[in-house]
Amino acid sequence: MLPVVLVVAFSAVIPLMTVVNYSLQDIFDPETPLFVGFEWYRETLRDPRFMAALVRQLGFSAAVLAIEVPLGILIARSLPREGRLAPVFLVVIAVPLLIPWNVVGTIWQIFARPDIGLLGASIAKLGLEFNYTSSVVDAWITLLLMDVWHWTSLVALLVYAGLASIQAPYYQAAELDGASRWQVFRYVELPRLRSVLVIAVLLRLMDSFMIYTEPFVLTGGGPGNATTFLSQHLTIMAVGQFDLGPAAAFSVLYFLLIVLMCWLFYSSVMREDEQ
Amino acid sequence: MRRPRHWLLYGYCLYLLLPLYWLLNMALRSNSDIVSRLEVIPANPTVANFAEIFTNPVWYQAFANSLSYVVLNTIISLVVALPAAYTFSRYRFLGDKHLFFWLLTNRMAPPAVFLLPFFQLYSAIGLFDTPLAVALAHCLFTVPLAVWILEGFMSAVPTSLDEMARIDGHRLAYFFFRILLPMIRGGIGVTVFFCFMFSWVELLLARTLTASSAKPIVVVMTRTVSASGLDWGVLAAAGVLTILPGLAVVWFVRRHLAKGFAMGRV
Repeated sequence: MLPVVLVVAFSAVIPLMTVVNYSLQDIFDPETPLFVGFEWYRETLRDPRFMAALVRQLGFSAAVLAIEVPLGILIARSLPREGRLAPVFLVVIAVPLLIPWNVVGTIWQIFARPDIGLLGASIAKLGLEFNYTSSVVDAWITLLLMDVWHWTSLVALLVYAGLASIQAPYYQAAELDGASRWQVFRYVELPRLRSVLVIAVLLRLMDSFMIYTEPFVLTGGGPGNATTFLSQHLTIMAVGQFDLGPAAAFSVLYFLLIVLMCWLFYSSVMREDEQ
Repeated sequence: MRRPRHWLLYGYCLYLLLPLYWLLNMALRSNSDIVSRLEVIPANPTVANFAEIFTNPVWYQAFANSLSYVVLNTIISLVVALPAAYTFSRYRFLGDKHLFFWLLTNRMAPPAVFLLPFFQLYSAIGLFDTPLAVALAHCLFTVPLAVWILEGFMSAVPTSLDEMARIDGHRLAYFFFRILLPMIRGGIGVTVFFCFMFSWVELLLARTLTASSAKPIVVVMTRTVSASGLDWGVLAAAGVLTILPGLAVVWFVRRHLAKGFAMGRV
């Protein structure tokens, strides 16, 4: 027990305390910090750039969940359980999860570019205007395509594992009752996938809320600020401009927001369970 | 019984593989080729891009750096997570649920939040720009995950085994290493898969905590983009190479993969 607490304390608690500490002080030079209380928090909440990034972030996470969860379930249901091809499909589906995130960005960059990319060039051949570096809509489409490509596999694998634990008699009973495919899904599979789906939604919610690398490589947050999400904004503040106080206040709010959302989702699911 | 919808599966796999194929395609063409025309099948394939990576120390050392912190991270995570997972699965103690949830909240922390304090902490203790710094920083999210997965696997081992071992006069250490660990081999494999996955793919912390000597491959890739006017071919070749270790790991654990995902629970 002790080692885990030590390592986590080293890698989580000490840094977090430093952040909280910074968020309450005004630091011109490290020797003479000035205690400013909640001033940075007030400033952050009033900052229109923070709010804009937050709105974009919420939109992105909602879109990601709305596409990836249903698609992941469909993929998982169509995956074969046994046979020689089953492990091959599993490996193909798991591959995007193991590619470094900036390489994912690079792959989509060269895939979607209108001059050298297969996708971009094909769309251009069709006579459509497609340029993710100048058009906001195209940038969002490319980002969403990329995220779906990257992360639907996680949902699919989780659901696949959940489906594998449902025993055959359930299906046989459903078949005897003459259940349609939709009914089998709705009344046999969905209730048993509940806990797996909770995990899938939680993981995707957290991770899409923390997305940084892929848009950083693909669009650099542009065109303009159209794809600048919370992590990018924070990194610019902390490393680019070195605004320690506001960046720290931002960090604390950011972290609390994620924990709060996950907690709300989790506890509302659990409350339903109890009823 | 249930007819799988093949067209959807094949369509999805195609969607997964096409961008990867394009990456490989680019890796096999020279830069002037790439910029001048679009070839679905490379007309004059070349391995020059790969040769460039294997002969340029900046590239291959970056690979070594990445592998060394990933391996370090996996070892640290396993060593600290195994006893913790055992404790969570076998003992009830004051605040155990809270401690478990607290570990999980670390998984929710955006790496960007920890950027600055990590930078200062590791600079202060002289670990900055070493693989160990990155490995420790990645523990932030690999340790909670490892505890989570291993706890699931250990809880599936009946407690009566613990008691039998005790009655037989074995010490806890003997039971742990000789009986329990071999039984959850698959779980350990899956944990390695996840630690590897999250440490290998991360860029933000790895970039911030290294300067020159421990620079990982993912960072070298982003720097080539910004610096010397973009050699798409070499970039693509490096991309192909970064996918290979992942492929190897997933191939080894493919039989346990589905089971490993099923063990995850909140």
